[in-house]
Amino acid sequence: MINKELTKVDLIFEKISAEEVLRKAYEMTSEEIIQQILDSGLKGRGGAGFPTGLKWKYTAAEKDPEKYIVCNADEGEPGTFKDREILDMVSYKVYGGMAIAASAIGAKEGIVYLRGEYRFLLPKLLAELDTFHRMIKEIGYDFRIRYCLGSGAYICGEESALFESIQGLRGEPRNKPPYPTSSGVFYKPTSINNVETLVTAMMIIDHGPELYASLGTKDSRGSKVFSVSGDTPTPGIFELELGMTVQQFVNEFGDGDTKAVQVGGASGFCVPRKKFAETIIGFEGVPTGGSMKLFNSSRSMYNVLHNYLEFFEEESCGQCTPCRVGCQQLLKGVEKVKKGEMKSTYLNELVKLADTMKIASKCGLGQSVGNAFKSIVENFREEIIY
Amino acid sequence: MYQVGDLVKELSDKHGRDRSSLMPILQGIVDKHNYLTDEAMVEVAKELDISAAEVYGTASFYTFLDTRERGKYVIRVCKTITCSMKGKNEILQTLEDMLKIKVGETTSDKMFSLLETNCIGWCHKAPAMLINEMPYTELTSEKVVEIIKSYMTK
Repeated sequence: MINKELTKVDLIFEKISAEEVLRKAYEMTSEEIIQQILDSGLKGRGGAGFPTGLKWKYTAAEKDPEKYIVCNADEGEPGTFKDREILDMVSYKVYGGMAIAASAIGAKEGIVYLRGEYRFLLPKLLAELDTFHRMIKEIGYDFRIRYCLGSGAYICGEESALFESIQGLRGEPRNKPPYPTSSGVFYKPTSINNVETLVTAMMIIDHGPELYASLGTKDSRGSKVFSVSGDTPTPGIFELELGMTVQQFVNEFGDGDTKAVQVGGASGFCVPRKKFAETIIGFEGVPTGGSMKLFNSSRSMYNVLHNYLEFFEEESCGQCTPCRVGCQQLLKGVEKVKKGEMKSTYLNELVKLADTMKIASKCGLGQSVGNAFKSIVENFREEIIY
Repeated sequence: MYQVGDLVKELSDKHGRDRSSLMPILQGIVDKHNYLTDEAMVEVAKELDISAAEVYGTASFYTFLDTRERGKYVIRVCKTITCSMKGKNEILQTLEDMLKIKVGETTSDKMFSLLETNCIGWCHKAPAMLINEMPYTELTSEKVVEIIKSYMTK
């Protein structure tokens, strides 16, 4: 097994001249930009990990003259707060990434969908956007960005729910296909990218794809911003090269008594101490949008699981039955087992239900409830029962 | 209850009268009055020429577009795992004692509503809460008392 040392990187927050990079990108063709992003191996930083270059390539190939680049700043995954920090510190790089993406796919309009919880940032972000608009106009870009605000719905981080929300509808995910690259916001070809992905794309154009591709592992190229919280002496935001094991991560961030790490938030996976050494953080092991929550031995994993299930039960949009009813039943189920109203073997039935939700749910929410559920129940069964 | 008056017209002039203007218009009303009355939603429906059910359907989907009466300052305490681990219950207790209301209620002078909310993205500075759009982090009981006092004298 090849894994890397834990290495801190400074790409996302590095101060650069946005104008220089954007002038460079302005001289490049759509194909050249897309090729560089493809060569870098960049995968989406929101968590799902779709190759960014491919997303841009598919959107660029669409014939419709009206296209959009959408920045997904609806960062709602429990334990993730890096996008807020990125927007707060280097919004010009988010806008820059959008302008580069727009040139690549042929869009004239960009939309940033900012979660309502971050509305306090908006006045500052709009002022910075004004400056940005003046700068790109001078270079020659025909491109404008505007903001849409969310209003407290986790599900709107799902791309098609986000489009619905921008269109003034309930944030209910659409059926796929068609995918956003052919029918996204306003049913037009859309590339929707996470905040961090856009900044990374700009840094790839700045430094060239080789540097980025040289970081990380075969399946997880580059570096990633991690949001570290829970039982750690050093909570906060850290940009790290991908490819480390959970053990290496815990050595750096743990409090000496870490019993589990939840990688990827409520919809991610729980890694118990005995699997720290063998689990790689990345697409070959446990993928993450950046959320890393550490739990020490004073924590009840039942409480953790119960908290997550309450979260999903509230945030499920209710549109499809497997997710709506499944979330309720999983929550009720673990409560009953805990109270002794159901036998411990009932957990096996609940695991089957979680598997069904993975297959039958319409979107990523219902499909990933089982990740946390199964990894906590399987690794901490005694804590759930007693 | 409040009178919407010309607010819906003003907001529609600013954001347009398309379906995609609906969210910013509703957000604008909530900004000013903290929640949506039936009357306000009917006004919006007329202005955008859509059915009131469509407006209610959209509004009721979003937690921050409250259709129940709320106070001038809506306090939302984060209840997701990290905040929960780091003392959310103590913060809630302090707020309940100070404001003499339970979670979900509004003070009789209509100044404060106390709610819980899901992750607001401040896990590294837990526990955290929002008062309207402003985040407050690394809360302690003492800190919360000071913050609420400052709102009481605003």
